[in-house]
Amino acid sequence: MKALIESLAVMLGREPRRPAPEDISAPAQKIHEFKAATRDRDLSLHLKEERKKRASAPQTWRRRRWAVLIFVNLLFVFSYRLDIQLLEGALTGSRFVGFHMADLNAALQVMLAFKTLLINLLIGIITVFTLWWMLGGRTFCSWVCPYHLLSELADKLHLKLAEKKLVRNHTFDRRGRTWLWLIFAVLAFGTGYTVYETISPTGILSRALIYGPSLALVWVLALLVFEVVYSRRAWCRYGCPIGLTYGLVGIISPLQVKHTLDKCFFDGACRQVCLVPHVLNCTVKGRGRKVTATTGADCTRCGRCIDVCPTGALSFTFKGMGKSK
Amino acid sequence: MTEKTKSSDRTSRHPSRRDFMRTLVMVSGFVGASLMGLVPVVKGWVKRLRPPGALLEKDFLASCIKCGQCVQVCPVEAIKVADLVDGVGIGVPYIDPRQQACDFSCDGLQCVLACPTGALTHHINYPHAARMAVARIEHPDGCLARRGLGFKGQARGATFEGKLRYEEIDRWTPIPIRDHPYDLEVCDLCVRQCPIEIRIAQCEAGAPPAGDPNQCPPEPAIRLVETGEVDGRKTFTPEILSGCVGCGVCEMICPVEPAVIVMDEAGRGVLS
Repeated sequence: MKALIESLAVMLGREPRRPAPEDISAPAQKIHEFKAATRDRDLSLHLKEERKKRASAPQTWRRRRWAVLIFVNLLFVFSYRLDIQLLEGALTGSRFVGFHMADLNAALQVMLAFKTLLINLLIGIITVFTLWWMLGGRTFCSWVCPYHLLSELADKLHLKLAEKKLVRNHTFDRRGRTWLWLIFAVLAFGTGYTVYETISPTGILSRALIYGPSLALVWVLALLVFEVVYSRRAWCRYGCPIGLTYGLVGIISPLQVKHTLDKCFFDGACRQVCLVPHVLNCTVKGRGRKVTATTGADCTRCGRCIDVCPTGALSFTFKGMGKSK
Repeated sequence: MTEKTKSSDRTSRHPSRRDFMRTLVMVSGFVGASLMGLVPVVKGWVKRLRPPGALLEKDFLASCIKCGQCVQVCPVEAIKVADLVDGVGIGVPYIDPRQQACDFSCDGLQCVLACPTGALTHHINYPHAARMAVARIEHPDGCLARRGLGFKGQARGATFEGKLRYEEIDRWTPIPIRDHPYDLEVCDLCVRQCPIEIRIAQCEAGAPPAGDPNQCPPEPAIRLVETGEVDGRKTFTPEILSGCVGCGVCEMICPVEPAVIVMDEAGRGVLS
């Protein structure tokens, strides 16, 4: 329960903390003590060797994820353009072989604006809620949202330019996203119009892919430029209310990224590739509370950390399936 | 790869006062940008024709989830998704009747059935129950019938892409209007192609659409009224009647420029 509240608070914008000594379990404390005692040159040499071997980290999960993301979005496009009718509609609302699906954030906006709940929308909400609860909530972000893919590419460009000292990353207060979520909820209720949809890059991109390019893409481009020159992954990290909505869905999801303390060298490779590094607090030296822990609700289950971890301390886990501790 | 990122990634440190101010600016920027989209909604700049079954404009804009499923099912591709410059909510569907009107060739109101939120209300079951707009005679002087003239040829020229379903040709597939030339002694295209009038005629002939008497419109939508004579030719004028649903077919088919009839009171909507 404590971990759950912590995970929610961190998602809403609080910075992760160093746990109090009494919050660290006895076996975890033992591991911390052992690692502190063996912090010698052997260990760091070993780490250096490992890093050298993995000069380029594997892209296994990224490749799988991009394949799924592109496949889902193409399924939307082909369902309309080639009339195969498997996945009709757009990411805001659709039918999968006739079964209603509604994007949870878009549905929330409509309900607040319209103040009436319709049965089809309710079916769509339940379907999508169940699906993303099972799959981890923000999994939607990294495995389906088309903006996420563009943003990842923009991030690559940002890192290249940052290396040449042409741009510098600026951070924002993560509470900004929580404010935006609340403001857009109030706006939808107050104005009776789904105000957020005007700037939703997810909706704009999805519709542009399916129904043809629109002028609204200029806004998406502006966001991407902002991310390249000013702040890495700014929209997904500090802005997007959709991310927060799905984050809330995934807070008790069975699909998690698992961290195994005794395998961790606190190297930090994971936090450097992570979109939401605050969920990897347990990988900071001395901060792991338990021998095995899961990343927080804000985690998009993108699997980049699993790819780059040189010691296999991170892995996907599905609670209730297979062996788990 | 990992080393490269070190210098530019500082998200895990504690937020500073500067971060806070910067965040305030960013949040205001995003909210401001989203409110720009509200300006045309509030002002109702361009009243667009909505798909059949649309609720009153205000309710329609509130309830539309902007998925375009209505766009996908329309057999004549009459429904379009609004862009930033179309004066209405982005991603909201509309119909430009002069380019492609709704001719109800799906019979079953597919767009209404496709709508996941009830922005197109399921309370209407038949074309005659739709209230998309009301036809209005905007440019009477252009009307061929009022001058006692006929019409011969392609109603909208050889390059026009709009479609209609002609039941006598193909019950199931709408065809381009240019592939269906006319030869009329007196131009009565607006009456002849009116989907409501076509249904009334079918019902009077004892063959309602799909054999369903509920499909029969209770009231006529448009007729030609004789007005007199010019140069020995009888003259007529179209008259819009209470059964008009505002589908826009008369505006689309009108062969003169600008169209004699336009759709008025768009967004009058079906009461929810």
